[in-house]
Amino acid sequence: MEWMALGTLEEIPARGGRYVETPLGEIAVLRNENDEVFAVSNQCPHRGGPLSEGFVSGKLVFCPLHNWQIDLEKGEAVAPDSGCVKRFPIRMEGEQIWLGLQEITP
Amino acid sequence: MHTTVSQNPRLVVVGNGMAGIRAVEELLKMAPDLYDISVFGAEPHPNYNRILLTPVLAGEMALEETILNPLEWYAEHGIQLFTGNPVTRIDRVKRLVISADGKATHYDRLLLATGAAAAMAPVPGNHLPGVMSYRDMADVEALTRSSALGGQAVVIGGGLLGLEVAHGLRARGMEVTVIHRRAWPLDKQLDQRGGVLLQKAMEARGVRFLLGKETAEILGSAHVTGLRFSDGTEIPADVLVMTIGIKPRIELAQAAGLQCETGILVNDTLQTYDPRIYAVGECVQHRGQTYGLVAPLFEQAKVAANHLAEYGRMRYQGSVTSTKLKVTGIELFSAGNFMGGEDCEEVTLLDGSQGVYKKVILQENKVVGGLLYGDTSIGPWLFQLMRDGTDVSAFRDNIVFGETHLGDAGHSGENQAARLPDNAEICGCNGVAKGSIVKAIREQGLFTLDDVRKCTKASASCGSCTGLVEQLLASTLGGFYDSTPKKKALCGCTELSHQEVRDAIVKEKLLSVRQVYAYLEWRHPAGCATCRPAVNYYVRTAWPMEGLDDPQSRFINERAHANIQKDGTYSVIPRIYGGVTSPAELKRIAEVAERHHVPMVKFTGGQRLDLLGVKKEDLPKIWAELDMPSGHAYGKALRTVKSCVGSEFCRFGVQDSTRLAIELEKNLERMWAPHKVKLAASGCPRNCAESTIKDMGIIGVDSGWEIYVGGNGGMKVRAADLLCKVKTHEEVLEMAKAFLQMYREDAQYLERTAPWVERIGLEKIKATIVDDANTRKTLAERMDFALSQEKDPWKEAVSGRLDIHAAPMRRIPA
Repeated sequence: MEWMALGTLEEIPARGGRYVETPLGEIAVLRNENDEVFAVSNQCPHRGGPLSEGFVSGKLVFCPLHNWQIDLEKGEAVAPDSGCVKRFPIRMEGEQIWLGLQEITP
Repeated sequence: MHTTVSQNPRLVVVGNGMAGIRAVEELLKMAPDLYDISVFGAEPHPNYNRILLTPVLAGEMALEETILNPLEWYAEHGIQLFTGNPVTRIDRVKRLVISADGKATHYDRLLLATGAAAAMAPVPGNHLPGVMSYRDMADVEALTRSSALGGQAVVIGGGLLGLEVAHGLRARGMEVTVIHRRAWPLDKQLDQRGGVLLQKAMEARGVRFLLGKETAEILGSAHVTGLRFSDGTEIPADVLVMTIGIKPRIELAQAAGLQCETGILVNDTLQTYDPRIYAVGECVQHRGQTYGLVAPLFEQAKVAANHLAEYGRMRYQGSVTSTKLKVTGIELFSAGNFMGGEDCEEVTLLDGSQGVYKKVILQENKVVGGLLYGDTSIGPWLFQLMRDGTDVSAFRDNIVFGETHLGDAGHSGENQAARLPDNAEICGCNGVAKGSIVKAIREQGLFTLDDVRKCTKASASCGSCTGLVEQLLASTLGGFYDSTPKKKALCGCTELSHQEVRDAIVKEKLLSVRQVYAYLEWRHPAGCATCRPAVNYYVRTAWPMEGLDDPQSRFINERAHANIQKDGTYSVIPRIYGGVTSPAELKRIAEVAERHHVPMVKFTGGQRLDLLGVKKEDLPKIWAELDMPSGHAYGKALRTVKSCVGSEFCRFGVQDSTRLAIELEKNLERMWAPHKVKLAASGCPRNCAESTIKDMGIIGVDSGWEIYVGGNGGMKVRAADLLCKVKTHEEVLEMAKAFLQMYREDAQYLERTAPWVERIGLEKIKATIVDDANTRKTLAERMDFALSQEKDPWKEAVSGRLDIHAAPMRRIPA
């Protein structure tokens, strides 16, 4: 596992997100209202919308294109929609965010 | 013997039917772990959909298909279920319920949902074998067995239930006669004209009627053989079904010393006289009313659950109900006062040959009741008008033709969902066919529009097929479908409506989305994609100076100040006032487009230039190089003011529409609104700028300007209404500001001017801003103040004062 420093928590707007360009493609880094950070591939399973631009609430991100809801802990779309996004590990050290460049496999 | 004691308080539910279980479901949504729950039911089945008794009786469905909560559901939620085991006694002192098997169960809270029983006519012979009721699955099973022998069935009582059972028994091959005391069937739902039409239609299906007949005695010794009427005549009967009404089951509550009249008395929180005991459903009496339809029961369940969950916020204030008959092929709808009376006016339509009869009762230009027979497509709409108390004066003459005659186009013009084939596409946005919607309603036990949206996505996007989906709900659920909740919650995060949230923001001076969520106890502390933009808009409109604009509560377009496209790129539309540009400006735009290899340059529908396919990262650079203000083409905001050439060049023009368009655009740019706002100015009545399909459109005439409002040319075409006529540009500007400020302050988020004008009525708008110069002036001043707080977002971004997060957070090289 390769861990990359992304920056600090305050660089991500709370209840929103940013994206990171990586050799594995674009990865959305999302921060919720409790300052929990999630990393998933930056492509909605529906039509590829950039999840980094969605609303984040609790464990959910709402895709900005057609409002699909993606569960960030499961990496799955919320029913009735279905589809998956890749999840990536995040480690916090104080304010510093680290991204693991390897997909989490269930 | 007591049940095992755990640390959670115990909720015991008496009654395993639709009302009780719905309350449990609502409770689990709010407070899944608050109680240990036990449910006692008299019937042997898990909770099934009682609405579907008639399809089961008619042989169109099987019992299994009507189960709403299978046994696994109870197990999954840790609910102890006792079927076939009614509660026989409540000991309020020791807080125990005693069930038929002798078991005593302790409760901390008790929910009574005992439902109602069939009322039996007090005539000799009413207990003979062969005399049946029609209330539950056991009745359906008994009737199915009896009908297999064929013969004569007599139904006493020509109400909704009576006609449904008659239909079901006829479908099973019996000879059926309906006995009714009044002169026409369904007299509680129909006037005589409608009743006669219904009678004819039922007779055509082989059901006989004996009207104006009073039953005196049921004949037979070992089994029913017939009945005698008070006039001495007799008819034979092998099966007799009593459907003269229902009576709430209150014996248990009464014996426990709870106050009862017709039903168990409850207050607005569904609490009985014993504060530990709540009651919902057909067994309760609330403000003197008892209910037998499913929609009110569900409303009650929601409120009771809210209090059981210790939220303590909601009140049940009674329900307005409508009914539909569920006999295949007979369309019938009635609601409210359908008979009319003094101070009432009627609008009717009667087409005897087609079997169509519609009657709408109006009182002071509001719908107070209605009756539809043969074609009920306008039912949900009419019911909505009735509940909202909408002023219908603008379209009262055409009201019986429905909304479709008020300028619909496309989908919403379709009004006969029931007749469409199963593969017909209902929702064009999400590609949902009629068949899948109907299947979902049946199999997953859906009752409301929201349920259908959640489950199938139908009408969850643009919403133009909402009417069709409502019709499918109505035709699939029949008698018990209730079109819309009385009060629409803003979203799933709160019980409060748009207006209630808005009022609180003003009254409590709530200055940010977070404050609103905290103060109003939002269910999700960060809200959802529906409430965040709405609440942010309400905060900004109420408090233009102090209110905090939360970028994370704006849709991506308004956060990036550009329009996101399907591939994640953006489009850039600079503001070109009135559509008037110059060679130098055009050159500059062309050069920017070339330099950045913009894939497409296109004119928009609103006469502006669009640079499409721009990467987010390039946006600030392009804005800097264009050096033009934002066109706000991406926002719920003032878009463009479209214009024709006008008197400056045009040989027909009588007014300078181009100059007016520029003035309007300069006066109103940066205006945020509940939805997008499009304006137009035409220089003569030929109206080349199409002012009559704009949110606000101006048309020049020889003596000045005509101002039109509430037009729309998009999803649902609506011709604008003439608001007033003025002489000068200054008057146009003031009127425009007043109208748009009124819209900004009053309309719901995402409500365009067209539906808003229809909802509140043109007369009210005229009275506020045309007839009242003071209000007009203060509204215009408030608009000016709000706009003075807004800066050009592109300049802000270029100067570094606004960060749109254009670049990735980090680039990790391979």
